[in-house]
Amino acid sequence: MIVRRAFGLPKSGWHGLDELDRMRKQMTQLFGDIAGGIVGRDAAGVFPLTNVTEGRDNFYVRAELPGVAAEDLNITITGDSLAIEGERKIAVEEEGAKYHRRERDAGRFNRMVTLPGHVDTDKVEAKCADGILTIILPKAESAKPRQISIKTGSQ
Amino acid sequence: MSDSQTQALRAKEKKEAVASAEHTKPGPTFTPAVDIFETDTAITLLADMPGVKAQNLDVDLRDDVLTLSGEVFAPEAEDESDVNREYVTGKYFRQFNLSEAIDQGKIDAGIRNGVLRLTLPKVEKATPRKIVVTTG
Repeated sequence: MIVRRAFGLPKSGWHGLDELDRMRKQMTQLFGDIAGGIVGRDAAGVFPLTNVTEGRDNFYVRAELPGVAAEDLNITITGDSLAIEGERKIAVEEEGAKYHRRERDAGRFNRMVTLPGHVDTDKVEAKCADGILTIILPKAESAKPRQISIKTGSQ
Repeated sequence: MSDSQTQALRAKEKKEAVASAEHTKPGPTFTPAVDIFETDTAITLLADMPGVKAQNLDVDLRDDVLTLSGEVFAPEAEDESDVNREYVTGKYFRQFNLSEAIDQGKIDAGIRNGVLRLTLPKVEKATPRKIVVTTG
């Protein structure tokens, strides 16, 4: 982030910056691993990690939730705050199963995401497919870009 | 898993895989988290591969090396721009060496909600056969 600000160049303009950004991220990750914490670019460190994007008419919030069924999710929206709550269950396997590896975690989660703008809360949609939760939040009329016409003529 | 009700999930960043060879396509490759357990009859593997559809998943077993690879396409539409990005998407790749003999014909793989479940049945032990020695 510091690198990009220092040069002040747009990201798409020079691919070398992408590479620098990647290296910086790897360095932060390395030091973060030593410190025992989670560090993303601006990661909140709360499960699930979410990506917020903005389209022309909607905001999108995505999260990777493999193995979480739609019925185990509870999504609520209050104003500009979106709450994703749920539980990831891992089924108990048959008796006598001996584990070689156990890297997948089960547990409860409760995440709050602050939206970048006002949304039409009545029209929010959520879907869960292939372990990815996608929440589509249509922008409120006030958050949409509006062309402002310039009046000409003398006063 | 009885304590799963009280335990809170911690956010984990996906582990980036160290590739044995360079990939032709650019982009990150991640190591999926797995559970592997064994019973008397089979070895079962569960892998978290969010975003992978059945048609983009490749499971390969040859020379006792099991390879899992899954392709993920960016879910974002053309007109979307990032506001805040906490995770990146990319391929999944992981390999395992199997020490047990596997009945290749009976391997069963299915992916549901981004979790791969792979059942690798062990080869049935050769049934003992008694050989009767006849005199005559």
